[in-house]
Amino acid sequence: DGSDVDNEESSAAENDDNVKGTDKGGKKTTPRTRRGRGRGRGRHGGEEDEEDEDGTRRAGHRRNRNRRGRGRAAENEGNDSDGGAEKDRKNQTNQKSKEDDGDEEDEKGGRSGKGKNEKKQDKKPDKKGKKEKANKKKKDKKKSASGSDSDSEEEPITEEELAKLKEEVEEKKKLIATLRNKPWKMKKKLSVLKEAQLFVEKFEGALGKGKGKKFYAYKVMMTKKWMKFQRDFENFKTACIPWEMKIKEIESHFGSSVASYFIFLRWMYGINMILFGLTFGLVMVPEALMGKPYGSLPRKTVPRAEEATAMNFATLWDFSGFAQYSVLFYGYYNNQRTIGWLKFRMPLSYFLVGVGTIGYSFMIVIRTMAKNANDDGGGDDTSFNFSWKMFTSWDYLIGNPETADNKFASITTSFKEAIVEEQESRKEENIHLTRFLRVLANFLALCTLAGSGYLIFFVVRRSQKFALEGLENYGWWERNEVNMVMSLLGMFCPTLFDVISSLENYHPRIALRWQLGRIFALFLGNLYTFIIALMDEINLKARYLLPFTIFNMYLEEKIVKYNMTIWEASLYNGTIPENSTAPPIEVDPADVPRGPCWETMVGQEFVRLTVSDTMTTYITILIGDFLRAVFVRFFNYCWCWDLEYGFPSYSEFDISGNVLGLIFNQGMIWMGSFYAPCLPAINVFRLHTSMYLQCWAVMCCNVPQERVFKASRSNNFYMAMLLFILFLSTLPAVYTIVSIPPSFDCGPFSGKTRMFEVISETLEHDFPSWFGKVFGYASNPGLILPFILLMVLSIYYLNATSKSYKEANLELKKKLQSVRNR
Amino acid sequence: AYKRFSELLPKEERNNACSARVPKSQILTLPELRANPFQHRICHVFSTSDDGDDSMSFEDFLDMLSVFSDSATSDIKSHYAFRIFDFDDDGTLDRKNLEQLVNCLTGQGEESRLSTAEMEQLIQNILEESDIDKDGTINLSEFQHVVSRSPDFASSFKIVL
Repeated sequence: DGSDVDNEESSAAENDDNVKGTDKGGKKTTPRTRRGRGRGRGRHGGEEDEEDEDGTRRAGHRRNRNRRGRGRAAENEGNDSDGGAEKDRKNQTNQKSKEDDGDEEDEKGGRSGKGKNEKKQDKKPDKKGKKEKANKKKKDKKKSASGSDSDSEEEPITEEELAKLKEEVEEKKKLIATLRNKPWKMKKKLSVLKEAQLFVEKFEGALGKGKGKKFYAYKVMMTKKWMKFQRDFENFKTACIPWEMKIKEIESHFGSSVASYFIFLRWMYGINMILFGLTFGLVMVPEALMGKPYGSLPRKTVPRAEEATAMNFATLWDFSGFAQYSVLFYGYYNNQRTIGWLKFRMPLSYFLVGVGTIGYSFMIVIRTMAKNANDDGGGDDTSFNFSWKMFTSWDYLIGNPETADNKFASITTSFKEAIVEEQESRKEENIHLTRFLRVLANFLALCTLAGSGYLIFFVVRRSQKFALEGLENYGWWERNEVNMVMSLLGMFCPTLFDVISSLENYHPRIALRWQLGRIFALFLGNLYTFIIALMDEINLKARYLLPFTIFNMYLEEKIVKYNMTIWEASLYNGTIPENSTAPPIEVDPADVPRGPCWETMVGQEFVRLTVSDTMTTYITILIGDFLRAVFVRFFNYCWCWDLEYGFPSYSEFDISGNVLGLIFNQGMIWMGSFYAPCLPAINVFRLHTSMYLQCWAVMCCNVPQERVFKASRSNNFYMAMLLFILFLSTLPAVYTIVSIPPSFDCGPFSGKTRMFEVISETLEHDFPSWFGKVFGYASNPGLILPFILLMVLSIYYLNATSKSYKEANLELKKKLQSVRNR
Repeated sequence: AYKRFSELLPKEERNNACSARVPKSQILTLPELRANPFQHRICHVFSTSDDGDDSMSFEDFLDMLSVFSDSATSDIKSHYAFRIFDFDDDGTLDRKNLEQLVNCLTGQGEESRLSTAEMEQLIQNILEESDIDKDGTINLSEFQHVVSRSPDFASSFKIVL
């Protein structure tokens, strides 16, 4: 064997000058080994010897392969002793195998004097996904320690050769990276890939020669390992995406627009999981583990008066009783600066988590919007109406014949419509009537909105009245009136809007936009009315006798404090001491009179609202969809008219309504999570069950929509609404943080005049003094104002440039148009 | 993917699935392709079989999936879409091709087809919009130009296993 090898080498050395650039021999294709199965593709000529790469190495010759163009491989039998003697080959690769295997490849032109690279290459089989991974190179480079190797043939490489070599290597690397995107056949791709890989392999070693070879080789190997790890991780991540199969099934039945709702739901679920992680891990768990346990402080104990009913299910469902005095709500947390042996700064963490959840949500919504904006490709372009209808209207995800039929029908209709529209210019008959009808419709919509706002306000006031008179006197409806009314409004008003919009006679897409806008306004109005009424209620509850202003809370505080001192004094059986120097008497925390705790109350309201909203949704689904479907299916036999085609028939999946419901639910979570850390947890649970319930309901009770339209354009619209809602939801929380003093008797910020003082306190105590000084300078208005000015200027500048780009775009488009029409 | 592919093969050939070719009829039983009006064209475009029977090997199958996947660029998708729409494989979309395309899209039934006049009008409009060099046909670059501006293309030209 050895002699043969030597022969090959010498002949190869002669042939060095004949080597051509494009063809390279090489080893077996990595993809082949990667798949771990022998695919006897034609180009490999069916030689199976090289399968041994997977396993044992032979100490024989390797095959050389030569490739010319697509799909052809002329294999060189390594076992031939005249290996390398194929006259038609312009390139020769010599391979030696010493212990196991060693590869040597001579390089093409320009390297006549170059020594041979000796590398040991182990191509390990990759686990590959179903896509061709172009970057896969895994090998160990080792110098083969053989005597007959022409180690000594190394000749100096000139600088320019080195540079050229580097360039070529870079080029090949780039080719490898972009190979996936080339529209070639698999065979060609694989062959080019191999070629490029071999080239890079060979020369990376060369580049490293003489410059700390070992380190270089090591570095290269680590890079490859890292890439492999990254790829495996990507695969793993893809496999982990939840509910993929469910969504796919829905997609194939209903098309991509319905599926987009579920994808949105899944995305929301992801966000909520992270919010839950933050609030749970950084707020609830530390308090539960390291804070003072239940019953040790007045704020942590159920008051004596309520103790009897504290464990009832009804009370728990209402989130009072034990649920209220637990980590779930704001009021439980102690205002101790650090807790536990870890010196965990609870109030700081609470504050930062609150701010952090909002910040994170902003970031992620904006990032998604930017990504969607990129994909959108610059907005509404109607210049290719017909072509788009033709080429892009078929949804390849549809796998169900019924949906396909629907799709066909809708495509046909849309063609016909578009033709008709194009043919006749729209005669504006009765333009006045149309306008009048539209104005009327808008007026009706406004009335509905105003009506619903007033209704909510009225109901909240009534509930205050009930609260004053004691809730025990009223039944379930009165107690939950607010929540029920809000949910019912959310259910019925959109249908009302739908009816109104039929007056308007708009193009469906525009009608949809109006509809969404109106529903949006409805929910927003409801939410804000609710909040305002709630604020009023806070003022009301805070002091029963005094008129409604927030400033009276100070007074209230004083009153309660005074009451407490009186009560304490009563324990001493004496007069009110001026300075209580007597030792504190042991009092059971349950008996201590409490101050008002409006934050917990607010949190409770939000939680109750969320829960009732969830219940309403589920019940609507069950009744509206499921029962209706059952009714239609079974009563069809004994009914006068065909239930399935006429009224009521099966229901369609209402995408926009559901999406809006989801968005507003999220808005409530954002608003309330500062006061009730348990809200994200509840929401995660709700979304989880929602996913399963709605998937089931969709598959079993709904039929594909008749007008199948694309969801893609609405995507950014939903994101924009989400952003808007996020912004609006953070306003109340920010307002309370900045201007309302926290309750003096409960929560992590009790005792401070403003909640954000926890930050300044931390700066004082926990950071070195120079930090505080720096911060002081940084928050100097003299520094902040120029900064704001700078930001405004940069926004203006960016706006101006983007406008100019848009105009340039338009100019080019016009040019194209004029060229076309010439 | 390999699993799905081998399921299509008759039992005796399963062990050798990497080298076997699956006949077209089997491919068309895949749920993803079953309801697709372009099924035959897809098989034809991706098949590398020499005897023209449009059978697909595993590599072709992978090819097809990779083009239809989420991570393929719009360029590659439009390239292959063009080939799929090109019914006579002549490298351009002429009137006849477009007519066939429309007929595919409007379904199999007679009543859902467009009338001749409507068809004429439609094709005229399309050519007006997309034919830049006014040669009466749409070639690859014109097609790519039109399709790349469309926001729906990437999301609709997708098959997920």
